Amino acid sequence: MNKYPLWKYLLILVIVVIGFVYALPNIYGEYPAVQISPTRTTKVDQALLARVEGKLKQSNIAYTAAALDEQGARIRFVDTETQIHARDLIQNEVGDKYVVALNLLPATPAWLAVVNARPMYLGLDLRGGVHFLMQVDTAAVLKKAEENYTDDMRRILREKKVQYLTVNRLERGGIEIRFRDKAEREKGLEVVRKELLDLEFSEIERSGDFVISAQMKPTSVTEKNRFALEQNITSLQNRVNELGVAEPIIQQQGQDRIVVQLPGVQDTAKAKEILGRTATLEIMMVDEEHDLAGALSGQIPAGSKLYKMRDGRPILLKNRLIYSGDNIIDSAPGFDSQSSTPIVSITLDARGAAINQRVTGENVGKRMAVNYVEIKSDTKLDEQGRPVLDANGRPVRVTRRVEEVITAPVIRSQLGKRFQIEGLDSVQEANELSLLLRAGAFAAPVEIIEERTVGPSLGADNIAKGFQSIWVGFAAIALFMIVYYVVFGFISVAALAVNVVLLVALLSMLQATLTLPGMAAIALTVGMAIDANVLINERIREELRNGNTPQASIYAGYERAFGTIFDSNVTTLIAGLALFLFGSGAVRGFAVVLCLGIMTSMFSAVMVSRAMANLLYGGRRKLEKISIGNTAWKETSLAQG
Amino acid sequence: MEFFKIKKDIPFMRYALVFNVISAVTFVLAVFFLISKGLNFGVDFTGGTVMEVSYTQPANVPQIRDALTKLGFPDAAVQNFGTARDVLIRLPLKKDTSSANLSETVITSLRQTDPAVELRRVEFVGPQIGSELVENGALALLFVSIGIVLYLWFRFEWKFGIAAIIANLHDIVIILGCFALFQWDFSLPVLAAVLAILGYSVNESVVVFDRVRENFRKLRKSNTIQIIDNAITRTISRTIITHGSTQMAVLAMLFFGGEALHYFALALTIGILFGIYSSVLVASPIVMWLGVSREDLMPSKKDTIEDGRP
Repeated sequence: MNKYPLWKYLLILVIVVIGFVYALPNIYGEYPAVQISPTRTTKVDQALLARVEGKLKQSNIAYTAAALDEQGARIRFVDTETQIHARDLIQNEVGDKYVVALNLLPATPAWLAVVNARPMYLGLDLRGGVHFLMQVDTAAVLKKAEENYTDDMRRILREKKVQYLTVNRLERGGIEIRFRDKAEREKGLEVVRKELLDLEFSEIERSGDFVISAQMKPTSVTEKNRFALEQNITSLQNRVNELGVAEPIIQQQGQDRIVVQLPGVQDTAKAKEILGRTATLEIMMVDEEHDLAGALSGQIPAGSKLYKMRDGRPILLKNRLIYSGDNIIDSAPGFDSQSSTPIVSITLDARGAAINQRVTGENVGKRMAVNYVEIKSDTKLDEQGRPVLDANGRPVRVTRRVEEVITAPVIRSQLGKRFQIEGLDSVQEANELSLLLRAGAFAAPVEIIEERTVGPSLGADNIAKGFQSIWVGFAAIALFMIVYYVVFGFISVAALAVNVVLLVALLSMLQATLTLPGMAAIALTVGMAIDANVLINERIREELRNGNTPQASIYAGYERAFGTIFDSNVTTLIAGLALFLFGSGAVRGFAVVLCLGIMTSMFSAVMVSRAMANLLYGGRRKLEKISIGNTAWKETSLAQG
Repeated sequence: MEFFKIKKDIPFMRYALVFNVISAVTFVLAVFFLISKGLNFGVDFTGGTVMEVSYTQPANVPQIRDALTKLGFPDAAVQNFGTARDVLIRLPLKKDTSSANLSETVITSLRQTDPAVELRRVEFVGPQIGSELVENGALALLFVSIGIVLYLWFRFEWKFGIAAIIANLHDIVIILGCFALFQWDFSLPVLAAVLAILGYSVNESVVVFDRVRENFRKLRKSNTIQIIDNAITRTISRTIITHGSTQMAVLAMLFFGGEALHYFALALTIGILFGIYSSVLVASPIVMWLGVSREDLMPSKKDTIEDGRP
């Protein structure tokens, strides 16, 4: 009656053993390491590693292991102090062509790594680090695109000798071209339609006006947005590389958002500074024909504007933009060989180089200014600090331009594709400026709309507390079960332990990210999983009270328990599913563990505990008594059958 | 060992009206507090910045307040967090400040008075994120409620679905009422706890309803009241023991989980305590008032399923 066939025992045993093996990596902890990763232009090879090892030996820094893998080189250290010391040394040795980052690597023994058993990935709230959610300002992307189309239209119409009155971008989106008469409009429509394939054109009749209205096609709008997002992700990746983060996560989320997670980053201020900036350069001529003093007293000449230099001095520049940061393809910090001051050398694309050549050729001896522009985008708030919404219920954004003229040197000779910017304060500034330029001006302004930063000490605290909650809860339940149900209580507790092991193994196999709410869900699962065993044990007692034999009682207690347990867990699963669908971040972590915990508890509470009960009692012919606490009393019921 | 040696059926339904009145009063009180005081929504929902800072010696809270007022945050909430050395600072969203860099400004100013201050945690939630979270939370609540009703309808009958969801929403409202009354911080984890309770608490109702159905089929001579009394009496032991186990795990979280899990565990605690009460003494009377009868549960075709339910 209470016997499983041998294959079933073996199957359960195999599952439990596999569970133990895959849960095991989580107890080994981590060791400090330094990771050297390549950038796009370099690669990490054996030669580099040998060089680094040589340097470490030379400086008497002890390391326990050094190895190459797909991500680059990893060097192990005994403690974090050595690790930090070594990082600085290695960074100096390999230079800034490589990303050198501190990392904590799982100390999984080799025999476990062979079967691909890896520990759970710890979430930021457990290991410390920064999480940013960034919003890409897609409206700005479209505006910029339309402005470009406006310029293109004027150029095309001029080239094709079509007479037009005005070409204007409308504030609400779209572009209008006005013509004098119908014939010109026909001609105009034909040429722009042929050239600008991303736009839809329609003719509008207005009294005395002949207008073409142009709108971007929906497909090209999504295309533009997608492109902007990709470009932003790429430049974010470049920026993060400069920060030296071991395992950054940079992902698109939804239509216009980017998630950035930087485990182990301490200096959040710097991270924010570098990630949140959108910077470009504007190259303009200095207005030397007019008097600065006059401009300061309010007499600003037409076509010029007052700007501020870095040191706060005012400077008058001509409004015409010669070229901008969009034309910059590369930049690098360095030292000027003559003056040994920090510089940034810049490389331009073909268009930028052509313009640069022409303008500098015409203006030798005059001054050219490099204006550094940062565009910051914020959500507009009303007096109460709530976001202001537009007609579509989306928050209105305000962009601010923060500008300063970095330098305004005299053009000594004609410049071309390459030139350098001088007048920087420090090496660090040169590094930052060149990084910003190299990472490319963002295709669209981004705004940090969510930040969650956890310091390393808090992360360690969270792990300790989460673990303690699980452990204490488990111990309390175990004690109660064994006192209350004796041997069957012991069986239940063993099943519960298997349940926790399987849950951890499953999470490790899935490489799920464990967060503090996830740990809370494990603790909650421990409490809820025992439910199934209580159900079974109470039923066995009831059967015994009704005068059934022990074997029959065990049988009845377990029989169809799975159905019952499934039933009482479906609603919790519904809740878990909802949390997963509608939740984000931490709540999602909670939901995943909750749902998986319900599934593992169905297996362990029914199959595992049944197998144990069978092994213990099932083989005995004459079973007089089973140990499940006191059941020697009779109940009488009002309800008559 | 055994706690429950109940020899006779306990006449629960005789007192059904009393329980329902108690429930109704508690419920109305909870709603009253929710309306009058409102929930103290955490930064997750309102947007704003929360910072947790840690000092090497007991923190000087008034001094921190002064520093924040000087920075232009007279409305910042500053309180001790767990220990005397840890301080929690909440800053509301503000016009025209780049909120992302706010935490740096604050910590820089705090370092001037005590260089050893450590920034343990920053949470900044932008305004649009907050409103999304509120929306998603409401959707999740709706989804779970409808899911449970449909499931119970499918498993039993519509009266049971209605009764269970009323009983459980009653739990939820009472949890929320407690949070409103004491102005505890209502954060995202608390919402998760509330939804988990919504799913978990139905379990008990399902077990009782199961027994009711079984009794209707088995005990042909008994009336509805006797049947419900018997079902509750038979299942009360496991109801209390299982809830007790879950409660032990949750209490461990409440006592050892630290500040981060405090309100989460608190919400679960209230939910479990009321869950025992409501699944037994609220759901069943409602089924009774709704007029459940044997015909409701008689299988339409010959049904030989013998449930192994306790």
